[in-house]
Amino acid sequence: MNIRDKVAVIGAGCSKFGENYDKSAEDMIVEAALDAYTDARIDPSQIQAAWVGTLSSASAGNALADPLKLFNIPITRVENYCASGMDAFRNASMAVASGMYDVVLALGFEKLRDSGQRGLGTFGDHPVVGYGTTAPSLFAMAANRYFETYGIDKTALAKVAIKNHHNGTMSPKAHFRMEVSEDQVVNAPLICSPLGLLDCCPTTDGAAAVIICKEELARSFRPDPVKVKGVGLSVTSGEPYMKPSFAYTGFPATAQAAQSAYEQAGLTAKDIDLVECHDCFTITEILNYEDLGLCERGEGWRYVAEGRANIDGGAVPVNPSGGLKSFGHPIGATGIRMIYEVSQHLWGKAGDRQVKDAEVGLAHNLGGPGSVGCVTILANS
Amino acid sequence: MVGIVSYGSYIPSYRLPRDVIAKEWDTPSLGGERALASFDEDSLTLAMNASIDALGERNPKEVAGIFFASTTSPYREKQAAATVATVLDTDKELRTMDFTDSLRAGTSALLTALDLAKAGELLLVCAGDARMGEPDTIQEQNYGDAGGALVIGSENVIAELVGTHTVSQEFLGTWRTEEQDYLKSFPGGFENKFGYNRFIAETVRGLLQKCNLEAKDITNAAIAAPTQRALQGALRSLGFDIKNQVQETFWNTVGDAGTAQPLVLLAAVLERAKPGDLILVAGYGDGGDAALFRVTDGIAGFQVARSVYSQIEVKRTLQSYGKYARFRKLLRKDYTTQDESTPVVLLRDQKQILPLYGGKCPACGVIQFPIHRICTECGYRDGLEEIKLSRRGTLFTFTNDYLTETPDPPTTHAVVDLEGGGRVFVQLTDCEADRVEIGMPLELTFRKYHEGYGIKNYFWKARPAE
Repeated sequence: MNIRDKVAVIGAGCSKFGENYDKSAEDMIVEAALDAYTDARIDPSQIQAAWVGTLSSASAGNALADPLKLFNIPITRVENYCASGMDAFRNASMAVASGMYDVVLALGFEKLRDSGQRGLGTFGDHPVVGYGTTAPSLFAMAANRYFETYGIDKTALAKVAIKNHHNGTMSPKAHFRMEVSEDQVVNAPLICSPLGLLDCCPTTDGAAAVIICKEELARSFRPDPVKVKGVGLSVTSGEPYMKPSFAYTGFPATAQAAQSAYEQAGLTAKDIDLVECHDCFTITEILNYEDLGLCERGEGWRYVAEGRANIDGGAVPVNPSGGLKSFGHPIGATGIRMIYEVSQHLWGKAGDRQVKDAEVGLAHNLGGPGSVGCVTILANS
Repeated sequence: MVGIVSYGSYIPSYRLPRDVIAKEWDTPSLGGERALASFDEDSLTLAMNASIDALGERNPKEVAGIFFASTTSPYREKQAAATVATVLDTDKELRTMDFTDSLRAGTSALLTALDLAKAGELLLVCAGDARMGEPDTIQEQNYGDAGGALVIGSENVIAELVGTHTVSQEFLGTWRTEEQDYLKSFPGGFENKFGYNRFIAETVRGLLQKCNLEAKDITNAAIAAPTQRALQGALRSLGFDIKNQVQETFWNTVGDAGTAQPLVLLAAVLERAKPGDLILVAGYGDGGDAALFRVTDGIAGFQVARSVYSQIEVKRTLQSYGKYARFRKLLRKDYTTQDESTPVVLLRDQKQILPLYGGKCPACGVIQFPIHRICTECGYRDGLEEIKLSRRGTLFTFTNDYLTETPDPPTTHAVVDLEGGGRVFVQLTDCEADRVEIGMPLELTFRKYHEGYGIKNYFWKARPAE
């Protein structure tokens, strides 16, 4: 079955992202959901089912039922590392495409700042194997391998931070709204070599929500629904560092998820007008360009260095929102926030950061040590 | 012919200059430096890494007994020798024993092994110590950390046993009770005069008499000593030429390494021994132990994996008392991330964690770690062959992680491609962060990762290969 043109986004909402010390998870979930209800012009009683994506801020469907008082409908909690949000969207889309439901809600959120933890803390559930790894360490190892393979250094990574922070200044709901210089990025304190503080996305609180419905019903809610053209999810080894054949210069999960989404959409990378991708770390965005097919292997660092990833760079702009780097990365919220962002551009409502004449957008969410890739292609016609 | 078949030593790479300790307390420095076990080392890992070198390429299944000696065993109850045996991948049917609670436990283990070797058995004796002198005492400056190991047997010996002698004597010179965190030594010259000097003299004299030899016949003596000066006091009356006949105690570079000290000194003597040399080793504590060996022609072709002298040269100097204090948990931390572990997983994965077995796919031949049920490369489903992984490899990629909590930041995570196949993901140790580079040759070293669940979580790390 192909999902193309069976499902439409009719509303999207997003809470303010940031260090939301004064907001609870409930506050942010309600903020995002009400934003989406208003945008879709629906009453919550019309929602027939819901999916909620969160890495670790909740365990069950109650995470939505209680704050939104969405009682007595099916609600499923989805967890797939940092791709939890987009996988919630994907599951919701497939349920609608199956004909089971007409109107559903997909919401992602994460409340990270209440714990005081730096980043996501350490990973691993084995007493010694893989002990003490952190999220940045897993991507830093890719960076060092990429440097070794293509003979570049961390100034190449800084270009991603500069671009995304610049874009973030035009995103009212972004965590950071400040420019950074190459000097600042390159000389920031090391987190996991070669990644410095400004190569890393922040630890962010936030929530995002979208309302999706059966394509045939979409125009009864709004004249300009965004159509789901393709969704892909791919899961590879969660221990790539021990897989002898893993090259560490890209993430096959992204490439495979993208291929699946492109095939469903009947499109290629050339047809895409904008990309929101998973720049959890600067190196990740460079690898994403290559994995998503925006450029050739080994050319990702040039793609950003030559300005082609800019909003008006003459190629496919990447992360006009500011990306995870500047907009923030409340884990479970991110994948839905990307759908929100792409939809804003397709509706022409992205303000100063609007990608001109955007018709087709791609969103890419990545989880674990690059092991869970999720790609969604959306279009306004 | 019973004797020493092989030997190994392990000096941790960190050195703590005595000036650093003295400066902290505004007390006089004794000068020189002491070897310091890093935060990921303890008596067991010190002895373990010496044992790996001592055993070398010998078949571990031939080892009939493993004796571990220490006054600072990792557990109050729980044997260390069994861990050493498992890491070395011996048969299960062997005798393992810990020799503890006396400074001469190292030589006592050696003498016991020599007796058993007469029945034709191959044994491994190892010792490791990381003793704690109380902060702001002479002992804190005096002690050093090290490990030593000897393979004892009756075939292919490089040094043949001539005789042994033991004296047991009740004496309170240095002690530590269950309630005491630090060793106590009776102040002043009491221990040296009435303990060390007497027991060493008595033990060595007894051995020489048994063997019908005189001090002048000895080529080189490896004699445990708290300080170089104490050694002179004990041996003067016996007629030894201290300068030419007695191995210096490495007091300036290593310090008093406790039960491991006589084994390390013996290793240093053997490194320079020639066929026919008469070598004496002696340990002190609650009396004394001594053994005499005659070096055989076998020494000529013998190659030690890592010499004591080279390990003394290759070092990293720790200029921070605070770091030392953190390594040894002298500073309380109000809050630390709770390390997690469970003996259940450690048992289930024992063969992978301790002797480091991986799996080899019978279909595609790829060697992988851990041992998967289904091949990670080709999907072969009927089980992988267990295969012991190499202890050497090269660095495929890495990162210096400043986020992971550790007493010695950064934590370097390393993806290591092992010689002959297999890729492991371990931490890098004994290496300054700015020295790490892709492609560097590495060797695996046995270390303690953390103490989650109140247990010692040992596994392999990598360090720059010599």
